[in-house]
Amino acid sequence: MSHPEAVRSGAARKPAMRRFADAAEPWFYAAPVLTLIVAVMLVPLLLGLSYAFRDIQLLNPFSGAFIGLEHFKTLARDDAFYRALKNTLWWTGASVFLQFALGLVLALLLDKPFPGRGLAQALVFLPWAVPTFLAGLNWAWLFNPVIGPLPHWMAALGILSAPDNILADPHLAMWGPIIANVWWGIPFFAITLLAALQAIPRDIYEAAAIDGAGPLQRFLSITLPFLAPTIAITILLRTVWIANFADLIIVMTNGGPADRTQIVASYIFTQAFRRLDFGYASAIALVLLVLLLAYSMLIVVIRQRLIEKD
Amino acid sequence: MASIALSRVGKSFGTHSVLSEVDLDIKDGEFVVLVGPSGCGKSTLLRMIAGLEDITSGTLTIDGQRVNDLKPKDRDIAMVFQSYALYPHMNVADNMSYSLRLRRRSKEVIAAAVSAASGKLGLDPYLERRPKALSGGQRQRVAMGRAIVRKPKAFLFDEPLSNLDARLREQMRAEIKRLHAELGATSVYVTHDQIEAMTLASRIVAMNAGSVQQIGAPLDLYDRPANLFVAGFIGSPGMNFLEGRCEQGPENSTVVLSRGYRLPLSVRIPAADGETVTLGIRPEHVTVAPDGQIDAAVELVEPTGLGIILHLIVHGESFKLFTTDRALLQPQATLRINLPKERLHVFDQSGNRLAVM
Amino acid sequence: MTGRILMTIAHRAAILAYIVFALFPLFWLLKVSVTPNDLLYSEGVRLWPSHTTFEHYRFVIENSAFPTFFKNSLIVACSTSVAVTVLSSLAGYALSRFRFRGKYAIVALMLITQMFPLVMLVAPIFKMLSPLGLTNSLTGLVIVYTAFNVPFATFLMQSFFDGIPKDLEEAAMIDGASRFIAFRQIILPLTLPGIAATLGFVFTAAWSELLFALMLISGNTSATFPVGLLTFVSKFSVDFGQMMAAGVMALIPACLFFLLIQRYLVQGLTAGAVKG
Repeated sequence: MSHPEAVRSGAARKPAMRRFADAAEPWFYAAPVLTLIVAVMLVPLLLGLSYAFRDIQLLNPFSGAFIGLEHFKTLARDDAFYRALKNTLWWTGASVFLQFALGLVLALLLDKPFPGRGLAQALVFLPWAVPTFLAGLNWAWLFNPVIGPLPHWMAALGILSAPDNILADPHLAMWGPIIANVWWGIPFFAITLLAALQAIPRDIYEAAAIDGAGPLQRFLSITLPFLAPTIAITILLRTVWIANFADLIIVMTNGGPADRTQIVASYIFTQAFRRLDFGYASAIALVLLVLLLAYSMLIVVIRQRLIEKD
Repeated sequence: MASIALSRVGKSFGTHSVLSEVDLDIKDGEFVVLVGPSGCGKSTLLRMIAGLEDITSGTLTIDGQRVNDLKPKDRDIAMVFQSYALYPHMNVADNMSYSLRLRRRSKEVIAAAVSAASGKLGLDPYLERRPKALSGGQRQRVAMGRAIVRKPKAFLFDEPLSNLDARLREQMRAEIKRLHAELGATSVYVTHDQIEAMTLASRIVAMNAGSVQQIGAPLDLYDRPANLFVAGFIGSPGMNFLEGRCEQGPENSTVVLSRGYRLPLSVRIPAADGETVTLGIRPEHVTVAPDGQIDAAVELVEPTGLGIILHLIVHGESFKLFTTDRALLQPQATLRINLPKERLHVFDQSGNRLAVM
Repeated sequence: MTGRILMTIAHRAAILAYIVFALFPLFWLLKVSVTPNDLLYSEGVRLWPSHTTFEHYRFVIENSAFPTFFKNSLIVACSTSVAVTVLSSLAGYALSRFRFRGKYAIVALMLITQMFPLVMLVAPIFKMLSPLGLTNSLTGLVIVYTAFNVPFATFLMQSFFDGIPKDLEEAAMIDGASRFIAFRQIILPLTLPGIAATLGFVFTAAWSELLFALMLISGNTSATFPVGLLTFVSKFSVDFGQMMAAGVMALIPACLFFLLIQRYLVQGLTAGAVKG
C-alpha cells in the first residue's frame, strides 16, 4: 500500500530469509529461559554427575582427582546411607499417604457450596504459603515442651507418658517432620483435587441421580474414575518431590537424634554443606536420582499395564 | 479496493494435502462467497489470503502484487472473525481504532473514521463500552466496524454470522449486503450456510474435500450444478437423486429407472447406451398428479408454514417433495408424482453433470 | 430430613476442624511472639497470655540483623519473581502459540529439571559461582532461584496463554501489529491474572528457599531471612519470643502474596501444572 515497489522486490528476494525468520521466531521467545536452564541446571547437573567419580573436597586444595567408583564402594559400606534410605521410604510413604488422604477429604468438603466457602478455602490453604523453614521451626517449637502445648496435651491424653519433646526421642522423632510436612502439604493436594472435582460436568451427577445412584455409588462410579488420572500424576510427582524435600528435616532435627530422621536428601546436604565433601555428596545424589528414575519408570509401566488391561 | 488472484494455490502438511490447486480471480468490488461443509478447506483458503496460514504452493496476488511472503499486517486486508475476536480490555472505540493507532494516524483522522463507521453501524451509544457489556449482535457490528474504519484493500469474513440466532443472522445478512453495496469493497466470505452464500454472493465458490467444485453466480450453481456435490449442497431441502440406465434413441435419450419407469429426456446425452446415470430433481420441482407416472409412499409430512415438505419413499429410496398446496397436508398413504423433464439434471457415474434440460 | 441436618453439621464441623488444624500453629507463633518473657514459662499452655507485649518485635527490629535479612529477602524475592515472570511469559507464549521442531525437546528438558533432586546441584553450583564472585551475593541467589523457578512458571504461563483465543492476536496482526506487538498489547494485558499468580508463586518460593541460601551465603550482610533465622535459632535458642516475632515478620510478605493469588489458585494452578 505505502511502498509496493520495495515490498515487491523484498518479497521476491528474501523468501529464504523470511523462512529463516519464521523458523527462528519461537526460539527468540524461548531462548532466555533455555539459556538459563542449561547454564544453571543442566551444566551443574552434568558437573555433579562427574563429581561422583572424583575426589572433590572444598577445603582440600589437592583434591579433584578422578577416582573411579571409589565413592560408590564407600557408599556400599556406609550404614548411615542405608539407614537414610530406609528413613526416606518411611518419610515419603507416610507423608504422601497422609497428605493425599486428608487432601482428598478436604477437597470433597470444599466442593460442596456453603456460606463462607471462599473464606474457609483461603484459611485452610494458608499453610501452603508459609515458608517451609518457618513451618519447620513453627512445628519444632510446638513440639518443644518449654513453649509448645503439644507435649503437654499428648501427655494429658495418654499418648506420651511424660511431656517430652518427641523430636528428641529416637523412636518418635520422624513423626515430627512428617506432621509438619502433612500440615504444609495438604493444601497442595486439596487444591489440585478440588480443581479436578470442579471440572467434572455436573449433569453427569444429575444423570446418575436420575438413574437411581446413591451418594456412595456416585462417588465410586463417577468421582473416583474422573479423579483417577489427576490422583495418579499428582501422587507420582509428589512422591518424587517429597523424597527430595529436606528442608523440614534440616530445620527441625538436622537428621538427629542418632540419625533417626536422616533421609537421603538431607544426608546429601549434610555431606556437602557440613563436611564440604562434594564428591561423596554427588555420588549419593546420583544413587538417589537413579532410584527415583526407577520409581517413576515403574509407575509408568504399571500404569501402561493397567490401561492395556482395560 | 483491490483485486485478488489465486493461481494454483495449494496447502499441504508434509505429504498430506489439505487444499489442492485453487485458481480464482476476484475482481475489484466483487463479493465472493466460499461455501462448503466443515473441513472442506474454505477457512484455510481464507486464512491463506489473510496471511495467517502459509501458502505451500502457487501464487497469491493482491492488486497484481505477489503477497505470498508478506505478513498479515503488510497485506492491508481486514478480517471479521467468527468469534469476533474483539479485544476484551478495550472499549468499542478503541477496538475500532486499534489498526489506525498502530499506523500512527493522527487523532483527528482516527476520530473521524471511528465516528463515520459507528454511525453507519448504529454503534454511537456504545463507543465507551467494553465488549463484555454488548449483545451478540452489537459485538458483530463492532467487528464489522473494526474492519471498515481502515478502508482496507479487501474484507475477509470467516463465518461472521454463525454465532447469532436465526433472526439476528437474517438481519445482519441484509446489513452486510447493504454495506457492500455502499462501500463496494472487495470481499471474500466464508460460510457453511448455503442460504447466506446464495443471498450475499456475486459469485459462489463451492468447495469440498480441499478442492473447488464449481465457481459461478448463485443462480448458476442452483440451475446448473456442475456435479452431484454442488447439486446436493445448494438448495434446501437438497436435490433428490435416482439411479437409472441410459437408453439412446435417435433424437433423445431415455433414462430407465429400476422398476422400469421410462423417463424420456428432451435431448441426447453424451453417455453410452446402457450406462448407469444419476437423475437429479429438486424437491420444489416435483409435481403431484393423480395420473402421475411414479408411485411414492408417504413417510412424513413437515409443514413449514410457507409450504409443506413431504418425505416420500420412491423405489425404496428416500425422496423429498416441496409444495405450497395445503391439500397435501391430509394424511394419505401413497401419492403419484411426476418428474417434469425440463427440470431434470443428469450426472454420470463419477458424479459430473451430463445435461440439464 | 434429620439425616440431612446431621450431614450438614458433620460437614461444617469437619471444615472447622481443618481450619483449626491449619491455623493453630500460626496462632501459636503469634501468641508466643506477644507473650512477655516472664509469662512464657509460668503460663505454659494457656491459649492467650494474661497480658501482651510488642517488646520482642521492638528488640528484633532495633537490635538484630533481621531488618537487613528482611531487606535482602525482599530484594531477592522481588527480583526473582519479576525475572521469572518476564522470562516465563516469553517461553510460555512460545510453547502455547508455535508449532516448531524442538518444542518437545524443550518440554522434556523442562520436565527433567522438575524430576531430579535439586540437592544434587548444591555442590556444582557452589563450585561454578565462586570463581565468578557470585557466592555470598544476592545476585548469585537471584540467578539460581530464577533458573529453578522458570520451568514451572513457564508451564503455568503456557496454561494461561492457552486459555486466550488465538483469534485475538490474529485479529491484531491483521489490524497491522507484528506478532510481538500483538503479544505485548493484546495478549499480555489479558494474562494479568496469570501474571499475578506467577509472581505470587515465585515470590513465595524465593522467599522460602533455604538450602541454597545456606550453602551460598555466609555472614550476615547478604543473608536472607531463612538463613538469618536459622542461624539465630542455632546460636541463641532460648529467646523464643524474639525468634517467633522474627518468624511472624517472615510470614507477613508470604501471606500477603498468598492473599493476592489465592482466588486464582483453583482455576489457575491446576490448569496445566501439578507442582508446588
